[in-house]
Amino acid sequence: MRLRRGRATQAIAFTLLSLAMAGVLVALGTILSFILVRGVGVISWEFLTSFPRQAMTEGGIFPALVGTLCLAVGTLFFSLPLGAFAAIYLVEYARQGLLVRIIRMAVNNLAGVPSVVFGLFGLAFFVRALGFGISILSGSLTLAFLVLPVIIRASEEALRAVPQEFREGSLALGATKWQTIRKVVLPVGLPGILTGAILALGRAAGETAPIIFTAAVFSARLPDSVLSPVMALPYHLFVMATESIFYEETRPIQYGTAIVLLGLVLTIDLVAIIIRYRIRRRRRW
Amino acid sequence: MMSDTAAMETPPPMVETIIKVEDLNFYYGSFQALRHIPLEIPKTRVTAIIGPSGCGKSTFLKVLNRMFEIIPGARAEGKVLFWGRNILSREVDPVDLRRQIGMVFQKPNPFPKSIFENVAYGLRVNGKTSNLKERVEWALRRAALWDEVKDNLHRSAFELSGGQQQRLCIARALAVEPQVLLMDEPCSALDPLATAKIEDLIDQLKREYTVVIVTHNMQQAARVSDFAAVFLTGGELVEYDETKKIFENPKDKRVEDYITGKFG
Repeated sequence: MRLRRGRATQAIAFTLLSLAMAGVLVALGTILSFILVRGVGVISWEFLTSFPRQAMTEGGIFPALVGTLCLAVGTLFFSLPLGAFAAIYLVEYARQGLLVRIIRMAVNNLAGVPSVVFGLFGLAFFVRALGFGISILSGSLTLAFLVLPVIIRASEEALRAVPQEFREGSLALGATKWQTIRKVVLPVGLPGILTGAILALGRAAGETAPIIFTAAVFSARLPDSVLSPVMALPYHLFVMATESIFYEETRPIQYGTAIVLLGLVLTIDLVAIIIRYRIRRRRRW
Repeated sequence: MMSDTAAMETPPPMVETIIKVEDLNFYYGSFQALRHIPLEIPKTRVTAIIGPSGCGKSTFLKVLNRMFEIIPGARAEGKVLFWGRNILSREVDPVDLRRQIGMVFQKPNPFPKSIFENVAYGLRVNGKTSNLKERVEWALRRAALWDEVKDNLHRSAFELSGGQQQRLCIARALAVEPQVLLMDEPCSALDPLATAKIEDLIDQLKREYTVVIVTHNMQQAARVSDFAAVFLTGGELVEYDETKKIFENPKDKRVEDYITGKFG
């Protein structure tokens, strides 16, 4: 009797679990197909490589695409070294105690701060106080702070996954701590750190609020220096949907932009997944 | 405890002492892992550290090259004199010390690099990069691995068998030309054939190196070592003498029980 009741409970549990899974898939599928159906018509090589025309009702999204790529590269430039070094300090150098716990808590809290707050901070600090203006530089720095917790946590995990035996082997040969980190720990942990950085990049590419105040302007020009403002895909979308007088006419372009943005983020994530898969396959300790 | 005192005061006959341990106490936090250890390790001989699990034998080994320092909360008190100099003192740089006292671990732990780079590693971090190829070959020959790997030096070290990996780790340690080689149960992860090769190798090495080997395998201790120190649970050194005497005529009843398998 008990056994049979156990089986019935199990069947109910499995059904609920699969329903939950189906719910997630339906939601995801609806969003994707909704956007795809409405926007796929405008996607073409020309759409990607030409400038907007006629108050954005025609033409392409080239400046926004370039702007997003510039911001992504800039973000990585600042956040990867800063995040990786912070993680090295936390994992390899810091004495595990109260201080490290506080730092880790601060990092986790940073991850929970709404992105618009980062935007306002960027406006006050980078744009105004440091005088970088609305620019790629200000936007990249703001986004770098936003994704820093992601990179630090991913790097910490990657470093912690490096077997302790490697460190012991190196130290026992008379290597200093720094030599051990540079020549043994980092090469082993690097792919994991890069995977984290790429995932962070995907997040940065899609963020709108932080760049509204710090980097993005309504413009059809390409940036000529790191101090130039840029157009960016999420901002482009935002402007077309909320500020254009012709928002009806720009609708297909809005959906097209959304597809490009989604495609970009998914491609970035895919690259991260491929790297991670290849590390796992190669790893043999 | 007359017998204890007598055993400890027996000096290893007619050999130079390279490491002299005096009243060594060791703690993991508040737990005391070693108690008042005295030990004189003779030069160019094999000294085995034997005893049941948890008796502190691996801990003792980690004190000799200060590897214990990477364990949070670990602390050593007393003296470990290496050529008369207390290596536990602050003035001794553990990095320098480890270049003179090498270590081989329980589980083979080659780096995820090529065979060549594994052996070259210690040389590179020491700045001994002249004649790198010759030095690597020399170390691999010393570790009796050269003939098996000479055509594949640039293959990953992970492609080697467990026994080969362990000999690679020995080669890696020898490359930096230490005087002492510490081995922490170097055969515990290996099959009998690979174990026999390592034991032969230890026999070769003792001509030029001082070897301190931790093992829980009585037969191995009897086969490879000239001197044996028996630790018992609680972190005490109970008896230290020539291996032959320990096995044929132990002075301490507990040692006799241990080596005849009555406990441990």
